[in-house]
Amino acid sequence: MKLEELRFGTELIKRGFASMQKGGVIMDVVNAEQAVIAEEAGAVAVMALERVPADIRKAGGVARMADTAIIEEIIDAVTIPVMGKARIGHFVEARMLEAIGVDMIDESEVLTPADEEFHIDKKEFTVPFVCGARNLGEACRRIAEGAAMIRTKGEAGTGNVVEAVRHMRSITGEIRMIQGMTSQETAAYARSIEAPVEIVMECAELGRLPVVNFSAGGIATPADAALMMQLGADGVFVGSGIFKSEKPAVMASAIVQAVDHYTDAKVLAEVSRGLGDAMPGLDIHLLREDEVLSKRGN
Amino acid sequence: MRCSPNVEIKIGVLALQGDVSEHICAFERALDNIDNINNFEVFGLKKPEEIESCNAIAIPGGESTTISRLIDKNNLRSPIKAFKGGIFATCAGMVLSASKIIDDNDVKPLSIMDLEVKRNAFGRQKDSFESTIAIHGLAEPFRAIFIRAPVAVSAGPGVRIIGRLESGIVAAVQDKNMALAFHPELGNDLRLHELFIKNLLNF
Repeated sequence: MKLEELRFGTELIKRGFASMQKGGVIMDVVNAEQAVIAEEAGAVAVMALERVPADIRKAGGVARMADTAIIEEIIDAVTIPVMGKARIGHFVEARMLEAIGVDMIDESEVLTPADEEFHIDKKEFTVPFVCGARNLGEACRRIAEGAAMIRTKGEAGTGNVVEAVRHMRSITGEIRMIQGMTSQETAAYARSIEAPVEIVMECAELGRLPVVNFSAGGIATPADAALMMQLGADGVFVGSGIFKSEKPAVMASAIVQAVDHYTDAKVLAEVSRGLGDAMPGLDIHLLREDEVLSKRGN
Repeated sequence: MRCSPNVEIKIGVLALQGDVSEHICAFERALDNIDNINNFEVFGLKKPEEIESCNAIAIPGGESTTISRLIDKNNLRSPIKAFKGGIFATCAGMVLSASKIIDDNDVKPLSIMDLEVKRNAFGRQKDSFESTIAIHGLAEPFRAIFIRAPVAVSAGPGVRIIGRLESGIVAAVQDKNMALAFHPELGNDLRLHELFIKNLLNF
């Protein structure tokens, strides 16, 4: 093998990693024990955190990257990929996550943004990134910055799927709309949503985003997960929904099966039997302006 | 070369988790390229009863622990093991098709190929790489994409090793089956798909 033929961190490798996650469930975990439960339930990856989003909400204050000791403990406990969250724009946190061997970095609005103007220049990294988006404009801007995967933001830590639905419908609806446009109209539309024209054109051609698109933020039951899959998600992130439920192992396994059989209502009814209480939910309309996480990082 | 007009072929891509649509698309393009195949169908396979009518099954890339678990949940283990057609397996698929997996109890191998496989042999995602490798049976080298890839550290006597790196075997053929540690379905080079199909149909 000649060394000059070897390349790391190319766009193909980064986007390819995201493709391997398709049809899967990525679960938030805060310690090795939870990571093992998630792996045994069939998670395709775990998101290593210090607190799940519901607890980040409760704690308030500035939410930062997790303690690297917690992330390393989780990396050692499982063989599936481990993801970690860095603050929006905090490229030093991201470099630290990359250095300890995290497989994908989530530049996440769930943490308090470190930069209100710029996101991380993700093309500079070897490790791939996933970023949140509420609409096509946001998704295309993140892809232009180098995101290898998009997740619709939803509203994390609420157990309420309504925002996840809104954001997924927005992206898929906008793509259907631009598919009916002339290239001149598409270019004008791209300008109006402040998105790079060539990426918007690519979405119109493909009929989808050019990277894998997961759903996140408020998924609390197998039915929620299947709903997001039917609305066009390639897979789901479940944050507080698993370890804030009454029976985490059972809930985790049921959500994995729901994503596998998302169009089969009989299977969905079967896996949803006797799950115990889902996580307690929050009404989005009762959140204060500063409690709405999805508005962070445009 | 045998010339048999009007060959029909049906390939099921195991659609439990992973890059299923990339596999379907790659096989459709590869089948389009091969003369003598007039009729083909490539579909996402989910149910045991769909296996019997297939000429070949593809086990895609994805998370081998997840796919292994879903194979059992969907009662697919025995029908896949009993399948007499060809199996095309990439990355996680290679892990699943092995006879033995080193230091791992999370994945139950299907023993389709006589290979001893090591998961995540090159390290974590930041160690994933592209490289140009020589493949036995292809005139020109192949640009291979390795993503948290496995390698086979040993192969039984019935296995033909067609590609290797310093760390181990990355491409192998046994009867009608082919296992690859990398992802030809992610690129535009379909020569390995064509090789698999020609081997399957004895062209």
